[in-house]
Amino acid sequence: MLDWTLQEFPVSLPVMQPDASALQLVLTGDPTLLAIVRLSLFVSLSAVALAALIGIPFGAFIALTRFRGREGVIVLLNTLMGLPPVVAGLAVFLLLSRSGPLGSLGLLFTPSAMVVVQTILVTPIIAALARQTIEDLWAEYRDELTAMNVSPLTRVLTLIWEGRFSLVVALLAGFGRAAAEVGAIIIVGGNIDGFTRTMTTAIALETSKGDLPLAIGLGMVLIAIVVLINAFAWLLRRAGERLAR
Amino acid sequence: MRAMPADLPIRFENVTVSAGAVTVLDRLSLAICPGPPTVLIGPNGSGKTTLQRVAMGLVPASAGRVTWDGVADVPPTRRAIVFQRPVMLRRSVAANIRYALKAAHIAKDRHDARLAELLSLVGLDSMASRPARRLSGGEQQRLALARALARDPSVLFLDEPTASLDPASTKAIEDIVRAVATRGVKVVMATHDLGEARRLAGDIVFLHRGRIVEASDALAFFASPQTAEARMFLAGELLL
Amino acid sequence: MLSRRLLLVLGALLFTSPATAQDKSIVVASTTSTQDSGLFGHLLPIFKLKTGIDVKVVALGTGQALDTARRGDADVVFVHAKSAEEKFLSEGFGVKRYPVMYNDFVLIGPSGDPAGVKGSRDIVAALKAIKDKSAPFISRGDKSGTHTAELALWTAAGIDIEKDKAAWYKSIGQGMGAALNTASASNAYVLTDRGTWLAFKNRGELVIAVEGDRRLFNQYGVMLVNPAKHPAVKKELGQQFIDWLVSTDGQTSIAGYKINGQQLFYANASDPGA
Repeated sequence: MLDWTLQEFPVSLPVMQPDASALQLVLTGDPTLLAIVRLSLFVSLSAVALAALIGIPFGAFIALTRFRGREGVIVLLNTLMGLPPVVAGLAVFLLLSRSGPLGSLGLLFTPSAMVVVQTILVTPIIAALARQTIEDLWAEYRDELTAMNVSPLTRVLTLIWEGRFSLVVALLAGFGRAAAEVGAIIIVGGNIDGFTRTMTTAIALETSKGDLPLAIGLGMVLIAIVVLINAFAWLLRRAGERLAR
Repeated sequence: MRAMPADLPIRFENVTVSAGAVTVLDRLSLAICPGPPTVLIGPNGSGKTTLQRVAMGLVPASAGRVTWDGVADVPPTRRAIVFQRPVMLRRSVAANIRYALKAAHIAKDRHDARLAELLSLVGLDSMASRPARRLSGGEQQRLALARALARDPSVLFLDEPTASLDPASTKAIEDIVRAVATRGVKVVMATHDLGEARRLAGDIVFLHRGRIVEASDALAFFASPQTAEARMFLAGELLL
Repeated sequence: MLSRRLLLVLGALLFTSPATAQDKSIVVASTTSTQDSGLFGHLLPIFKLKTGIDVKVVALGTGQALDTARRGDADVVFVHAKSAEEKFLSEGFGVKRYPVMYNDFVLIGPSGDPAGVKGSRDIVAALKAIKDKSAPFISRGDKSGTHTAELALWTAAGIDIEKDKAAWYKSIGQGMGAALNTASASNAYVLTDRGTWLAFKNRGELVIAVEGDRRLFNQYGVMLVNPAKHPAVKKELGQQFIDWLVSTDGQTSIAGYKINGQQLFYANASDPGA
């Protein structure tokens, strides 16, 4: 029994040092690395922006209106937050393939396809969190806003603005999901060198090529970028609090 | 003195309001007419808050009719209410008032002037840019008052505005209410504080278990209450 | 609202960035082994300089690459599985198959060599020894060209691997890099193409155990996806790529690709039987 386990698992794990060359690439502003970072940010931020444009109004609508099947929609929305990325990737792939219904758009293996699939993954997160936020705020503000005889549109906009901090956190959650994602965008993007290769897909590639130090180095760059984005959002919040518009 | 305000008289005709199995207002009939402040008194759960909400138009009657100057279903554009626990918007004091001005469709060019007037009326001039949520309880009540007055209402409802305030803040609120009433706004106020009722009331409406037990001129009510419940209540006894 | 607006602005700014010349480009479906060998990194800049055409390589398993071509999502398909390619042609999805080059497979194993096959030139005997000694073996198991070749070699050794396999044989269903990583981590034997091995950096205790057997040669073919089946195929640009690959210039470039001074691919477009 012991022999079997020793054979199955490596006796010694090689110690992996993050590659100094990855750091060098960052410091010297290597154009390939910059292009990969720009593409990663473009895809994830675009997806979050689109998901916010769709998800926040939709979440607000669910929060503020009563209709038959409302509970079912809420459950569905919460479930879709956990939609497996590879499933979404496969579905979008089949849709956008030249042999598929939307093939004539020629979007497969382009950054646009990556934005589409990530938007699909992020929208439920933002919508579900927006719904919860706005529903809670409505419970708080209902009396005052009704007494002030505010129009339905103004009501929605007011609640969205009042809930802006929670909504920003929802956006960051969405961004986190998008930036970390690799399965869906590899399927619909194709991980094409210089065209649809992002940080996460590059890490997957370097890992499969056995260049683990470079992969780890890229991973750390990715984490640093996500930290920067979150720090930026935090500073924005502090500035907003100070201004208290 | 202003001209006859719109929305008045507010008439309750046999109004019943039920919440599930509980009857909150029980075949209540009342007329709120222009004039000095009407103060609602009565034990907890007697229906003071609900009466105000119905008069404001926030809660529909389960039975009976409510009319404003003879018309049913009038939107609350000339009425305002200050809730027992007012909710501040997550913005500055001035921004809260501006929001109310905008909601009341006051002309944009008049906003600055109105804002200054209202801040001065409630004594919050020095705090215009402070975040509203950081104000004390008394200050928040005053801001809520300013918000309510932004629309230049003909009727102002106040639901126990000084319930949790210290004497100084209470006096500040009462002074504002008096000033507002003098300008011709019909004030309808619910209070727990019998002293405050004596100080402010023109008419008293005494409620118990969703019904009006006694309603009359304040001086007459306090000098010689007509009903046994009123006498017990004024004597400080618990009404069950 | 402010932060959301800023996010939108950021997105708009970055919107202007990934502008590649969409007009002069083709999509080539190829395999992960070819990609991992680094060949494309060497060839494509030469081709781009000569013709100005951007070649976008989507690297998949052989089966998936051919499938992508069948769906019309690629203009050219460039894989190394002759029987699968000929089936592709017979189904009418390809125009013509051109042999381009070959490389070879090598059997990788732990330096400790539990099956006792290191240094042999006989792959069939080596596989028999691995099975007899139940030495750990990693298979790609993903219907790729490499996997197909591995299965053919088991058959050549007279072994029905589906029936005779046991705990020593691990089928992982992934690409060459993943298979090598797994072999490295568990000190197992694995069949790989030489190109991926030369570029692979996570070797651990693995070395080349068996090489040079004729049965280990791996032929590459390139085909234009049939525009009759998929009108959107960029047939002129695609054909330019194919023509270049089999031209003297292309063949010399292929032969000129070396890792650590060692040539990886042997250009044989002129070989009729390839």
